[in-house]
Amino acid sequence: MAKAILVDTSRCIGCRGCQVACKQWHGLEAEPTTFRSGYENPKRLSEKTWRKVKFIEAATDDGAPRWHFLSDACKHCTEASCLAVCPTGALFRRPWGAVDLDQSVCNGCRYCVAACPYGVITFNPVTGRADKCILCPDRVEAGLEPACVTTCPTDALTFGERATLVARARERVAHLQARGMTGAQLYGERQLGGLHALYVLQDRPEVYGLPAAPRFATVGVFGGSVLSAITSVALGAVALVAFRRRGARREE
Amino acid sequence: MPGLGTSFGRGAMTNHWVDVKNADAILIMGSNAAENHPISFRWVEAARARGATLISVDPRFTRTSALADVYAPLRSGTDIVFLGGLINHVISNNLFHREYVVEYTNASFLLDPGFRFSEGYFSGWDPEKKVYDRATWKFQVDADGTPRQDKTLENPHTVFQHLRRHFSRYTPEMVEAVCGTPRADFLSVADAFARTGAPDRSGTIMYAMGWTQHSKATQLIRTAAILQMLLGNIGVAGGGVNALRGLANVQGSTDMALLFHLLPGYLGAPATKAHPTLAAYLDKETPKSGYWVNKPKFLVSLLRAWYGEAATRENGFAYEYLPKYSGSHSYLDLFEAMYAGRIRGLIVSGQNPAVSGPNSTLERKALEKLQWLVVRDLFETETAAFWKGPGVDPASVQTEVFLLPAAAHLEREGSYTNSGRWLQWKWKAVDPPGDARSDAWFANDLGRRLKALYAGSTAPRDRAVLALTWDYGEGEPDLEKVLAEINGYTVADRRPVKGFAALADDGSTACGNWIYSGVFPAEGQNRAKSRRADPPESLGLNAGWGFSWPANRRILYNRASADPQGRPWNPAKAVVWWNPDAELPDGKKGKWVGADVPDFRPDLAPHARGGGNPFIMRPDGKGAIFAALAEGPFPEHYEPVESPVENRLSQVQRNPLAVVYQADLDALGDARDFPIVATTYRLTEHLHTGSITRNLPWLVELMPDLFCEMSRELAAEKGIRNGDRVVVRSARGEVRAIAHVTGRLRPFRMGDRVVHQVGLPWHWGFMGLAKGDSANLLTPHVGDANTRIQESKAFLVDVRKA
Repeated sequence: MAKAILVDTSRCIGCRGCQVACKQWHGLEAEPTTFRSGYENPKRLSEKTWRKVKFIEAATDDGAPRWHFLSDACKHCTEASCLAVCPTGALFRRPWGAVDLDQSVCNGCRYCVAACPYGVITFNPVTGRADKCILCPDRVEAGLEPACVTTCPTDALTFGERATLVARARERVAHLQARGMTGAQLYGERQLGGLHALYVLQDRPEVYGLPAAPRFATVGVFGGSVLSAITSVALGAVALVAFRRRGARREE
Repeated sequence: MPGLGTSFGRGAMTNHWVDVKNADAILIMGSNAAENHPISFRWVEAARARGATLISVDPRFTRTSALADVYAPLRSGTDIVFLGGLINHVISNNLFHREYVVEYTNASFLLDPGFRFSEGYFSGWDPEKKVYDRATWKFQVDADGTPRQDKTLENPHTVFQHLRRHFSRYTPEMVEAVCGTPRADFLSVADAFARTGAPDRSGTIMYAMGWTQHSKATQLIRTAAILQMLLGNIGVAGGGVNALRGLANVQGSTDMALLFHLLPGYLGAPATKAHPTLAAYLDKETPKSGYWVNKPKFLVSLLRAWYGEAATRENGFAYEYLPKYSGSHSYLDLFEAMYAGRIRGLIVSGQNPAVSGPNSTLERKALEKLQWLVVRDLFETETAAFWKGPGVDPASVQTEVFLLPAAAHLEREGSYTNSGRWLQWKWKAVDPPGDARSDAWFANDLGRRLKALYAGSTAPRDRAVLALTWDYGEGEPDLEKVLAEINGYTVADRRPVKGFAALADDGSTACGNWIYSGVFPAEGQNRAKSRRADPPESLGLNAGWGFSWPANRRILYNRASADPQGRPWNPAKAVVWWNPDAELPDGKKGKWVGADVPDFRPDLAPHARGGGNPFIMRPDGKGAIFAALAEGPFPEHYEPVESPVENRLSQVQRNPLAVVYQADLDALGDARDFPIVATTYRLTEHLHTGSITRNLPWLVELMPDLFCEMSRELAAEKGIRNGDRVVVRSARGEVRAIAHVTGRLRPFRMGDRVVHQVGLPWHWGFMGLAKGDSANLLTPHVGDANTRIQESKAFLVDVRKA
């Protein structure tokens, strides 16, 4: 049975308990930061930060402030580009849906980093391997919830059967719309064959930095999933360029 | 919490955390609960899922505001005007719960014909002595002393008519002109919250330091109490005026009297002049009616617990051993006295005044005047390290500092009392490292050492120490033994009493804190350890979870959840009701029953004398819409002591009874030099002075630096860009911070005037992993007239680019 995590932004208070619980469970180090231009920190997801809360300041048409919080991490896509491009099988799917990562098999090629349509996979320069949220398989397969879900005080994050969560999310969207939040919508039900990280959003996905129609990266980019030695070198270059471009975009 | 105490009878959160889910409207004001009490939002969200409206009123658009259905900004320090505007709205649109107001409050009482309010003062103001003569602040009474009433509320001398006239000046236009709240925003709040005046609806107010840290804070909370009484929101599920305490055990520390003017259980501390003997104390402090007529039982039992066999009827139960106070020894007064060189030594435990104290420059200087200082903490705090702080030459400091390692909360057991008055036992998870010791170990060891030092003394002055009972074992004390003493016991057989009703004033019982009586009703039965939760679809009273004082009552004044005949106002949220057929132990019929323990005499029928008086701790049993406090019996707006504008409501600029300290470092600024309103606040990511959290890398990562939030408009005026370094300056000092320019703060447009406001979190200091200036370098030593809590939430600064 497919499982999923549901992130309901309309219940999120931006406390970042999920962000810290993730670090605590996985033993991820703190990053040195400075207060830059808002509450959000660190700057981006990384090998030390697999989950972080985005703080998005917005305003209504009449100028009233809005402040959105989005607990962001790997979406565990059904059509997972990272999985498709991984040459070693380090990235693999758990039977219940999570895209896991076996560090001992990862060769550090970074295809996945380039291929991920959400930019949530990073290359760890210390270990020379990829890093990302793996949805706590050690906890889930022991009957627990992922660490981020367990710590969430408002149940903005819940975990369970995907079908149940989709139904609950639809109900919630209807509830929010009935209360006048006309922009409320469910994200992740259909994107990339269905994500295992579902989102109840209060506005368009773009407001949260989520692509409305993410694309399966191998289509048109890699042309297939069986790679020859030659194309892999070429793809390495493509990946590197894409990676640098993404970095440059983030700096802006 | 005299704001609640004078209005309802007890200074405590009226309801409890879980009960928030029963509200139809939630007004969060003077609090940023989403950030500072994140767990509370579990219940806020549960209420909203049922359809409740969440209202956020705050100078800044916070993480609480982000989730709110209705948001209204207001300038810091003008809350009484906003709430007064709500009172005016509710009365003038006839939206109040009339039957509740008539039957359960003193609104129908007739006031002395001489009572009046004019030109910013109530009758009796003495401009020379600057105090009120309260002669006219009283009710008209019949020959037998009962107050005269007019239940139609029409008589111009009724409390209600005085209230109506008083707040008729607080119009939406006045709210806009003083608070800077756009009229439409104010009316949205008024509309949403006033709906809870319907008998079957309830609204809760959640507040915290955003209300208590003002020079008229007590009156501010009184305004909220009056509003909630008008709407019939006290005593009901989903109602109340709910004080959110800043730490897990702040309610417990107040209950156990970590305040200079109290003994445990809210018995007033004895004063040198007023209470020289037990007889004098009991005579002065015991009212003629209301539940406090039992006060002698509680005090005598306390003395028996503390002084054991040395407390006899002949020696007034050793009353003379109790320390008496001779003046205000509030936090601010202590530091002023320290600064003046009148205090020699200080033990600091679980506090970091070098960061948390207002006007930190003065408070850090005050520490230099000490001969010795003991700090118990997990890390070397700014208080422990004051002698090497910025601008201090260690060679010039003579204070001897002892830093003792303390155990963290997970390294010790004991009970916590949360904001909702629940005592919950907490077990130790791990042993403390090295020589770190629990607070209880330290207190026990210190007590035993002092007793040993005094042993054998025959000097009369030493008897108080020698007589003190102290038998909790060596080293780590047996905390259940302490709790059993707090619960109380009969002296003859040392068996626990079942509750405070069993306490006596003849010395036959001992009790460390009468309000906690019942927590340990039998040998081995520690109810703080009880863990039976109610199902989610219930009211969530959770009577089987922990123990709630008093007597496991979960909603205070719950008699008021039923109408005068004893039927619930709202059957769907019934808390207690009168069952005329229920049988009593003595065979008689009729008692109060329900989901909660009645906060009322269980067999007192609704139609009996006093059967409709839900506020049992007040002498007349009625909620006090009219109640005397230092500045008057009705709340009135005065500007903060430091304000950029003149008071629009009267000629009286600031609270005439605010406590303004006068030491050389107690400077005040005015709007010419410091035109910007500032407030301080906390963040989710740090706790208080950051003494722990600024040493935790994962939290430092989230909030590394002190920042100053400001509007785009102010930033543009000052040439400041987001992320720039800025200097924020007040008359007391200056701090360096990073500018956070945001649309979440907007200038206040008050008529043709524009007032800017900035905000700074107060978590930083010069020690720890994340260092930064303390925002309290800016705040003044100005105290509320009734509590002397500092005015940190509204003061003046200027800002410039560094």
